[in-house]
Amino acid sequence: MGDALKTLPDFPEISMSCADTAYNKTGQWRVMRPAIDAAKCSRCGVCWKFCPDAAIAFDGGLPRIDYEYCKGCGICAEECPRACISFEFEEK
Amino acid sequence: MRLSIPPEELMHPGHLACQGCGAALAMRYALKALGPDTIMDIPACCWSVISGPFPHTALNVPVYHTAFETAASTAAGIRAALRVLGRERTTVLAWAGDGGTFDIGLQALSAAAERNDDFIYAVYDNEAYMNTGIQRSSATPYGAWTTTTPAENFKQRPKKDMVRIMAAHRIPYIATASVAYPEDFIRKFTRAKALKGMRFIHILAPCPVGWRAQPQHTIKIARLAVRTRLFPLLEIEDGVRWRLTVNPANPRPVSEYLALQGRFKHLTTAQVESIQESVDRNWGDVAALAGAAAVGAAPPDANAAADEP
Amino acid sequence: MAGPATAPQTEVMMGNHALSHGALRSRVQVIAAYPITPQTQVVELLSEMCASGRLAAEYIKVESEHSAMAACIGAAAAGARSFTATSSQGLALMHELLHWAAGSRLPVVMGNINRAMGPPWNIWDDQTDSLAQRDTGWMQIYCADNQEVLDSVPIAFRVAERVMLPCMIVLDAFILSHTAEIVDVRSQAAVDAFLPPYAPRWRLDVADPRTFGALTEPEPYYRLRFMLEGAMQEALTHFDEAHADFAAACGRRYDALAGNARAAVDRLREEGLAAGLLRIRLFRPFPVARLRALATRARRLCVLDRNISFGAGGIFAQEIRSALYGLPGAPEIRGHVAGLGGAEVTTDMFCDMARETARASSCADLVVWKGLRDAPQHSA
Repeated sequence: MGDALKTLPDFPEISMSCADTAYNKTGQWRVMRPAIDAAKCSRCGVCWKFCPDAAIAFDGGLPRIDYEYCKGCGICAEECPRACISFEFEEK
Repeated sequence: MRLSIPPEELMHPGHLACQGCGAALAMRYALKALGPDTIMDIPACCWSVISGPFPHTALNVPVYHTAFETAASTAAGIRAALRVLGRERTTVLAWAGDGGTFDIGLQALSAAAERNDDFIYAVYDNEAYMNTGIQRSSATPYGAWTTTTPAENFKQRPKKDMVRIMAAHRIPYIATASVAYPEDFIRKFTRAKALKGMRFIHILAPCPVGWRAQPQHTIKIARLAVRTRLFPLLEIEDGVRWRLTVNPANPRPVSEYLALQGRFKHLTTAQVESIQESVDRNWGDVAALAGAAAVGAAPPDANAAADEP
Repeated sequence: MAGPATAPQTEVMMGNHALSHGALRSRVQVIAAYPITPQTQVVELLSEMCASGRLAAEYIKVESEHSAMAACIGAAAAGARSFTATSSQGLALMHELLHWAAGSRLPVVMGNINRAMGPPWNIWDDQTDSLAQRDTGWMQIYCADNQEVLDSVPIAFRVAERVMLPCMIVLDAFILSHTAEIVDVRSQAAVDAFLPPYAPRWRLDVADPRTFGALTEPEPYYRLRFMLEGAMQEALTHFDEAHADFAAACGRRYDALAGNARAAVDRLREEGLAAGLLRIRLFRPFPVARLRALATRARRLCVLDRNISFGAGGIFAQEIRSALYGLPGAPEIRGHVAGLGGAEVTTDMFCDMARETARASSCADLVVWKGLRDAPQHSA
């Protein structure tokens, strides 16, 4: 919590945000890992659309999972109309 | 590529929602529709945690965390201030869970609706007090297990019909929305944004933890809620003009919806059949109000979307 | 701020309307209110003022006092000067949100007409309603007459907005709320010079989106509460400054402690008893240093409480005992409870209490109940 407060001149009088949640790397929560097979991907965007963590972005038209934040819910794998997203246990 | 929903994100990753949270997805869609000129208040609910601890926030619009039963009354105050300060165009959004809406906040909500206060009230309904650990609310459906309605004595009473309660207030706009139908969801929030007065949007937001479901099934379950006709997607203008926005022509049996959720696993075949009967009865009532045939036929309104996610 | 003292403009009005006029002169921007006897006339008149356009404020006709305070909180958070008024049960219903306003550091100002708490139903004067809210982080001003009621509204807003704390203006049911007195309503210009427009440091602003009041961990929560207490202490200085500026602008001098001469004191002095009267105007923040400076001038303090903290006696007596504890030469304190639920407190009773305090062999009693006819026997 301390680092974000440094962007303010003083500790605020009230509980007030001064940074987003980028600090919170929720990828650490992941037990199952989705992986997109780019060769099979139709670029329909369904995986991006249904991501509750806004952790899928487009890179040159291809969806790319941000593993720093992906919690591994598996919705993208479940909803992909081409079934081109695998969903396997993380390798430890 | 062409996206079917707006690309802008006002909800940051790093938020504290559980895996597969329907409420997180609902917020993401709502903010895509409403845009940055929005002020939100959030009473006690999952989102009071999801947004992140001080001094962080997952939300890139101004947010005021308010007391449990005050989503509507605080929003009324925010709107009054914006009016007197000449900031009329800003959208005010009250964003509450089912406990804060169906139960403890109902009095304040009813009063704001009766006054036709100028804000959008959205309830993300996960059908129990999930933030405190899955206790029944008046939004919990018949048959469901919760920690206060154990399987041996599951919830015996039907879910409170919040949409009809709000319709009885004759407010300008009411809609239901599903996280499985993002285009329909966003169209409704966009429409609500353009209107004045009290607008109420009821979102069914599956909770994998509380519904004892797999997180990857959130969309599947939300879609089945619509396809079984258990959760009709509709709009109501002025409390009287009902309209279905999705008409599932060949409804799936409600048992498919229930089977994906451990909270219903104790139910007998007869109990499942009684749920099917109540779903059919309610659909018949809603379809009649919407002027749509109860079974099979497409709605008379050509604009109503086909049953495609 | 030394504004020229303006010529008085007097009107006859009851205490409730003095509160409404105070809100008008303070140019409140959002009012959210709910009726309750004996407060109702405050919001009726404000409603008329808004309807006629005399007051350019948004008036939200809420369904409860709870929602009244929630709406004031939302409005203040969005940057508007917000006002409400209530009494007794209504104040108790607001309790959670009193904490919410203070914890959010929002300068909402509220009038509270002291009325007894039920059951049984009773609509008359009793301070237990507001004193029961002493730990919510609200500043509290107790008024002695209708002029003070009116003047306290801009004073309250000025201090509240500077220290970012809400403030309650408290007056007696019927004795002030419904009693007409001559009141100087002053010119708007004098009040405007005294009270600048509300310009909060932080508000709900789409140009600078921030989240207020999120889950806060113990260490920063503790720190925020320490800062709230600091603001409360700073308020003492701000009240002194506001009282001085107000005196310069409007010619009336208030103080955290008031020493009005009263009939009972006059009579006691005629009898040869060296009595004086001290009235606590500012209850929160409690003017501890001021009280300690004055207290050693007396051998004994006779404290009258029109309130009761059951099991611990009158609340002002407790507060005064606490403030003076350990002070060398501190007076002995005899606490009296009288007049609960609007029971009469006469000049004769004041004189009796003072004489008994002067003559009592000891002041060890927790509380002395005055004016109870045929008092039942307490086991204590």
